Amino acid sequence: MRKMVLAVLICCLFACGAAFAADDVIKIGFYNCLTGQNAFGGQLELEGVQLALKEFPEVLGKKIELVIVDNKSDRVEAANAVTRLIENDKVSAIIGTYSSSLAIAGGEVAEVGHVPVVATSATNPLVTQGKKYTFRACFIDPLQGAGAAAYAYRNHNFKKAALLVDVASDYAVGLANFFKQNFTKLGGEIVSEMRYASGDQDFSAQLTEIISKEPDVVFLPAYFAEGAMVIKQARDLGAKFTFMGGDAMDNPEMVTLAGEAIEGFLYTGFAYAPDMPDMNDVAKKFTENWYKEYSKDPNANAALGYDSYLLIIDAIKRADSADPEKIRDALEATKDLMTVTGATTFDADHNPQKDVGILEIKGGKKVFAGTIVP
Amino acid sequence: MSGMTDKKNAFRDNTMTLLAIAALAVFLWQAPRILDGYKVRIINLIAINAILGLSLNFIYGIGGMFSLGHAGFMAIGAYVSAILILTPEQKIAMWFLDPIAPWLLNLHAPFLVSLLAAGFFAAFFGWLISLPVLRLGGDYLGIATLGFSEILRVLIMNLTPITNGSLGIKGIPAHTSLWMSYGILVAVVFGTVRIMNSNFGNVLKAVRDDEVAAKTMGIDTFRTRVLAFSIGCFGGGIGGALMGNLITTIGPTMFTIAQTYSILMIVVIGGLGSITGSIIGAVLVTTMLEWLRFVENPLTIGSLNIPGIPGMRMVIFSVLLIAVIIFRREGIMGMREFSWNWFFSLFGSSKPTKGGERV
Amino acid sequence: MQNFISALGLGSLYGLIAIGYTMVYGILRLINFAHGDIFMLGAYFVFFATIQYKLPWALGVVIAVAGATLCGLLVDRIAYRPLRDAPRISALISAIGVSFFIENLSVVVFKGMPRQVLQPDFLTRPISLGDVKLIPLSIMVPVISFALVAALLWMLYRTKPGLAMRSISHDIETTRLMGVSVDKIIALTFAIGSALAAVAGIMWALRYPKVEPYMGITPGFKAFIAAVFGGIGSVPGAMLGGLALGFIEIMSIAFFPTLSGYRDAFAFVLLIIILLVKPTGLMGERLEDKI
Repeated sequence: MRKMVLAVLICCLFACGAAFAADDVIKIGFYNCLTGQNAFGGQLELEGVQLALKEFPEVLGKKIELVIVDNKSDRVEAANAVTRLIENDKVSAIIGTYSSSLAIAGGEVAEVGHVPVVATSATNPLVTQGKKYTFRACFIDPLQGAGAAAYAYRNHNFKKAALLVDVASDYAVGLANFFKQNFTKLGGEIVSEMRYASGDQDFSAQLTEIISKEPDVVFLPAYFAEGAMVIKQARDLGAKFTFMGGDAMDNPEMVTLAGEAIEGFLYTGFAYAPDMPDMNDVAKKFTENWYKEYSKDPNANAALGYDSYLLIIDAIKRADSADPEKIRDALEATKDLMTVTGATTFDADHNPQKDVGILEIKGGKKVFAGTIVP
Repeated sequence: MSGMTDKKNAFRDNTMTLLAIAALAVFLWQAPRILDGYKVRIINLIAINAILGLSLNFIYGIGGMFSLGHAGFMAIGAYVSAILILTPEQKIAMWFLDPIAPWLLNLHAPFLVSLLAAGFFAAFFGWLISLPVLRLGGDYLGIATLGFSEILRVLIMNLTPITNGSLGIKGIPAHTSLWMSYGILVAVVFGTVRIMNSNFGNVLKAVRDDEVAAKTMGIDTFRTRVLAFSIGCFGGGIGGALMGNLITTIGPTMFTIAQTYSILMIVVIGGLGSITGSIIGAVLVTTMLEWLRFVENPLTIGSLNIPGIPGMRMVIFSVLLIAVIIFRREGIMGMREFSWNWFFSLFGSSKPTKGGERV
Repeated sequence: MQNFISALGLGSLYGLIAIGYTMVYGILRLINFAHGDIFMLGAYFVFFATIQYKLPWALGVVIAVAGATLCGLLVDRIAYRPLRDAPRISALISAIGVSFFIENLSVVVFKGMPRQVLQPDFLTRPISLGDVKLIPLSIMVPVISFALVAALLWMLYRTKPGLAMRSISHDIETTRLMGVSVDKIIALTFAIGSALAAVAGIMWALRYPKVEPYMGITPGFKAFIAAVFGGIGSVPGAMLGGLALGFIEIMSIAFFPTLSGYRDAFAFVLLIIILLVKPTGLMGERLEDKI
């Protein structure tokens, strides 16, 4: 009985999953959090990739087909999604995903399947550590944490910092740690270290404790929706200190969510904002096309999705082939490719050396406050 | 039925069982050749889910103890196995926030040993918490075990020197091959059948069905339950370890209550108390979830373009789940079991089509 | 003091959600996992009514409560009533299915992006009392919650339907024999629970001003714990459990700031201890096991 059911189901799988491969098409896989807790980031990245696809629909005279798979913000699903892209859809390269733990799960599969992956916004160092086939379009957290610490200490003369960390998020735990190391190294003091867990919506107890320690700055490496809630509650409790955050705060909705409370918020991010001065040409074109296509502001996630696509197209061109191995070699040799978030060259660990940008919320708008070298 | 036919049937049944196992072996041997890695992965996942389903079914369906803590025991198994398998160099590189506790650094064991350790650790923890909580009955037991698995998750997140906190563990070698997972599944099935047919199995069922009566017969009901609970946890730990070695990365977010629910779903859809049911449930739930992915892909029918809708898959899955449970409230198998007698009566005397094994 | 007010607000919200769990459990012995999602729907309805369609707040609240109540009734009719005489575990799985369904349908319909809820200005203008900072909302939340619980208790102990509800929770068959329309009373229970969840959802959306499809999971789960804590089946117990949980969560951080990462574990450890000492919770009556 069991095996009969199995047989029927496997036949169904065959029937539905049968990929009709055409020679004049190059397939690029895309897996990301389209549902689940991280859907807000994954959907923006998808929109960025789709914009790039519209702009560059062909490479080597062949049409590009984007195969989109959801990973539900879940590790097991992420690994399944990548397996599916490689084995079932036979893609040449893969883009994805938001969230480092998912990118790690997916990357392990790609490593076995010998297909290159460009991670969009997975900033944890572990994502590419020791990996042959994983690359990323974003900078890594140690760089970002050092940048935030240096900016806080040097440019704003903050001496006492507090941390408020989502203990369930690898991103938050990692970034907070890098901030702490660098901030104390510079001579600053961490006066309080509070924790919460993803899903919590009441932070009043932690904030009351932090307020009582009177820090100059609170480093909050949260995702934007939670971060906005924290800042709002802090202001309701009468907090006066400055908040600083990381790239995950970069979302057009952040300002609407937190309202006036977010005024003066500082965060590190990618050197891109839709209204920044002296944009590079790629960024200009991206911004222009974005507003034609969508009726909202672009953010760093959208830009990174777009950039990941550019990186892969560029590699396919240089490799002059849709063979995953050759694309991988070409990706590794990427040199000074201009993307929305800056020129990209990979180091030995496949991490691009990108500038850390500092952004500030001023008058309800995100303002580019310059780049920082930690 | 006369003794003669009994004996004949026993002979036939044993032969059929051996044949089925041989067919399964042929299938496993051929699968990686004819099926691509994606399908192999799903088939692998089916075996793991079946092991998890069986172990929870042992606790709940056969032992009558409502446990919502299975994700916790999976987590113990997955972590124990991962920490034992990784080399010291890997551990130093991965625990970059807080260095790993020195007594864990040099622990290193081969896969099978780590698997056994995973099972025993989970069983030990199961035994430990069962001592107080098994005094509770019914739903309260479920809630207490749920609480236990949540506490465990908080501990995993915070005890960075042991578990690497929310960063999780990655780079676990992919030891879970089809042979491994199905080998263990077969062992688990045989083990469960043996236990159920043994004296202990009868005692356990007696305790489940009527505790007072069992007590009056002189059965130490508490000890029976503790033992059964620990055995179930052993299976949970093994399942967790296999899962970790399949996905190759683990973290606290993998072992939430949602994980327990999905195992519970497998058990109940298949039929509470039925071994066959749990296996069918695992096949159905696992394949359905993957197969339904097509509803999220953009469809092109002629010139009509339907964009994919993320989330649609789970909507349809939940509708199917509710439908199955409403129309087959006892689950697919109810309390029944697969037997060769039933199998042959299904097809009469004609040779059954055994396509299953040859796919 | 600051912490006390925060705990009171959080606790009374948990309490309101917990009542829905406790009433359904008291009658059907069913853990209604979809309850947290009804709470989420309540918040979304008020969001759509007041922000998308610019209706006045009062009307928005009425629409949200009515909408959520209707959803609660539908859930009972479609997913639970056909399973009334089935094993309880079947209904539990059905509940999990409903919860998946509502969450994912919300992702499809409302999209995954969190949305902002505009707080009316008069509710959020901070007031200072000495060194305690608070917004009017923090006072309103517990006041409304307690008022609703009082009204519910009056209904349970002073009206006919209330009497029927209490008697169903003791013995469903005998109540049926007494000529009570059991299905109607159960539907009423779901309606009341869902309406209270919607009110909690609205207040939650005002206090933590955003809505998203998964916002019901964590509060729902915690409220369920609160219901067990207070003694599942008992309405005052649910409120007490909610308050207790709110205080544990806030005070554990206030007193042990270095252990803030273990906050959720505190609640569960206490829960298990309470269950072991007094299995029926703080205010629960002894229930016979119906397994």
